[in-house]
Amino acid sequence: MPSWPVLISQAFNGLALGTLLALVSSGLTIILGTLGVLNFAHGALFAVGAYAAFVVLQYTSSFVLALVVGCAFMLVLGFLLERIIIRFFYDRPHEDQILVTYGIGIVLVECIRSGFGGNAQRVPVPSWGQGATQLGFLIYPTYRLQLIAIIAGLLLSLYVVLYRTSMGLVVRAGIENPGMVGILGINVRRAFLLVFAIGVVAVGLAGMLYAPVVAVTPDMGANFMAQSFVVIVLGGLGSFPGAVIGGLIAGEIISLTSAFNSSYSEVMLYALMALLLVLRPQGLFGSEGRV
Amino acid sequence: MQFDRRQLLLGGVGATAGLMLPGVGAAQSPASIGTFPDGVSADSVFVGLTIPLTGVFSGDGGDLKLGYELAIAQINAGGDIAQKWGLKGKGVLGRQIRYKVSDTEGKPNLDVQSATQFIQRDKAIMVAGSVSSASAIALEELGSREKVLYMVGIAGSNDITGKNCQRYGFRSQQNAYMAAKALAPVVAKALGKNIKAAFLVPDYTYGHTVYDSFAKFSTEQGWKQVAKEVVPLGTTDYSSALLNIANSGADVFVNIAFGGDAVASTKQAEQFGVLKRMKLVVPNLSSFQDKELGAELMQGVYGSCDFWWGVQDTYPLAKTFVESFVAQNKYYPRWGAHIGYMQTYLWAMSVERAGTFNPVDVIKTMEASKAQPYDTTIGKVYFRAEDHQMVRPIPILRGKAPSAMKHKEDFYDIVEIADGESVMNAPDFFGCKLGPYT
Repeated sequence: MPSWPVLISQAFNGLALGTLLALVSSGLTIILGTLGVLNFAHGALFAVGAYAAFVVLQYTSSFVLALVVGCAFMLVLGFLLERIIIRFFYDRPHEDQILVTYGIGIVLVECIRSGFGGNAQRVPVPSWGQGATQLGFLIYPTYRLQLIAIIAGLLLSLYVVLYRTSMGLVVRAGIENPGMVGILGINVRRAFLLVFAIGVVAVGLAGMLYAPVVAVTPDMGANFMAQSFVVIVLGGLGSFPGAVIGGLIAGEIISLTSAFNSSYSEVMLYALMALLLVLRPQGLFGSEGRV
Repeated sequence: MQFDRRQLLLGGVGATAGLMLPGVGAAQSPASIGTFPDGVSADSVFVGLTIPLTGVFSGDGGDLKLGYELAIAQINAGGDIAQKWGLKGKGVLGRQIRYKVSDTEGKPNLDVQSATQFIQRDKAIMVAGSVSSASAIALEELGSREKVLYMVGIAGSNDITGKNCQRYGFRSQQNAYMAAKALAPVVAKALGKNIKAAFLVPDYTYGHTVYDSFAKFSTEQGWKQVAKEVVPLGTTDYSSALLNIANSGADVFVNIAFGGDAVASTKQAEQFGVLKRMKLVVPNLSSFQDKELGAELMQGVYGSCDFWWGVQDTYPLAKTFVESFVAQNKYYPRWGAHIGYMQTYLWAMSVERAGTFNPVDVIKTMEASKAQPYDTTIGKVYFRAEDHQMVRPIPILRGKAPSAMKHKEDFYDIVEIADGESVMNAPDFFGCKLGPYT
């Protein structure tokens, strides 16, 4: 049995890991929940975000500027993808959506690879996040502490925009009955465009924020995509609060299992997902019959 | 089956040459086996390269590919360098080497799939490549089943020339046992004898055997294990494992993760303050760990590797390799490129020594190489007949401080080049039983 300090340390780490997973999953779930599109390019877009930050850092050496320019880039990329490809797939079956987004993902990753090669790129921790902070008996990387706060803020803003503003309402109504919303004089297509782009920015931003922590490689998104699918299955497909809670649960499972035995952490995550699928197929926050 | 006159002549020369070597030609080789002689045309042979160009091992894989390509180009052109290796004329036995590369993502099933295609569709006379030890094990099994030679790429697990050894597989990289036996005394001398060590172990054959070997030899030096964190291959966030390591009170952090995993885990270890409190030891360094992590993080780090370009001062063939590689690719080759390069030459030399592409004769030639060692980029080396493990020197490196670097790729000092014979395990130590030739 691990000591209490170890368990508490791992519980705290689970919170940090969970918020990161929640942000990674939120982009996926926003697009799925509001537009009904299962975006398999999610992992690739995560990598695109990290590389965007890397490129800007080469020229400016300001991490904040890298985030700002990176977000602008992801927004434009999101607009382009939606206008050129995705909008033609809103009414198509999920299989078609999966295939086309999976294809987009492959193209994006290969673009990165041909531009930057297969080796990991270096994105250092910003100067304001360097070092470790003493939290009682626990020493924790300062940057990760800041990430918890930044991501919590981002998730809250996303929630407010999508679920507490008229724009969010328009989008959700548009999903249910686009014709009716159109009759009311609202441009549904424009709202869809914006939602897709927001989803892309969210996942790209996760990539940018994560870049100083992980190995920045063209394939860096693959594992995150797998985990974020587990997270949205746990939380309920297409549910934004589900992604947040699912992310936190996944983070805690991985981290607390590690206190006992690290090699079982991912196994436990998948075991929990399987158990939940048996007991509550729609996930914690999902509604039956949705998606 | 049809032979052309040239093939028959060469075969005859080969049989005669083979008889002159000890152990070769003792028994009659089958006239037809695997892709031989179907895969040998009058002017070319095909070689299949299975390499992870994407995924965790893509950095090493990309380097490996360039090494194979450089050697193939040199051998096909038949210039000065090929002659220095002892090859005659252009190509191997007068045949140009054709090749294809398949990206296997480091996944054993994809390795087997593409190697099978190379063998069945292209009649590959030899298969080479892979970075993951798990892939190497799968490929050498396939090679032995299909009776096609497989030259192991980067792969450090003991199992490859140990319990999973195969008649048709040859490895030129040192195994985990050799690397650990060479490295442990050097680091114990530098860092101390009474040391507490924490291990980060990737959960597959490579990770487990590197751990077993380094734990064994470091314990013999008086080190004590205080933590062992086993993590899945391709983990992105190591924070949970690193928290346990950070709290373990260790003096040394032994990081066994490889490729992209090594980069991510070391980066995160630094953020958790692990590298401030502990010295980092990497039993097998990854090809671009230096560049990807930067000299700041790698300074003072001890590790072993297959090859470092600094050995060009010791071995003349290393110098020609490094110079031609830099001229072609504009960076200094790492051990991935070196393994690809050296393996291709070793195979070509063995085929020319055997005088035939017949895999049975080529295998027997390599098995007899102790009596006639190959002169290579790392000096004189040979394959052990009992387990097909190359007996070879092992460079032990230490990361340079950024201020001590003479140029931007001058990442390591060579602390020592361990002699191969002195670090070998007994041939049957890991339970190797080579299968039949035919």
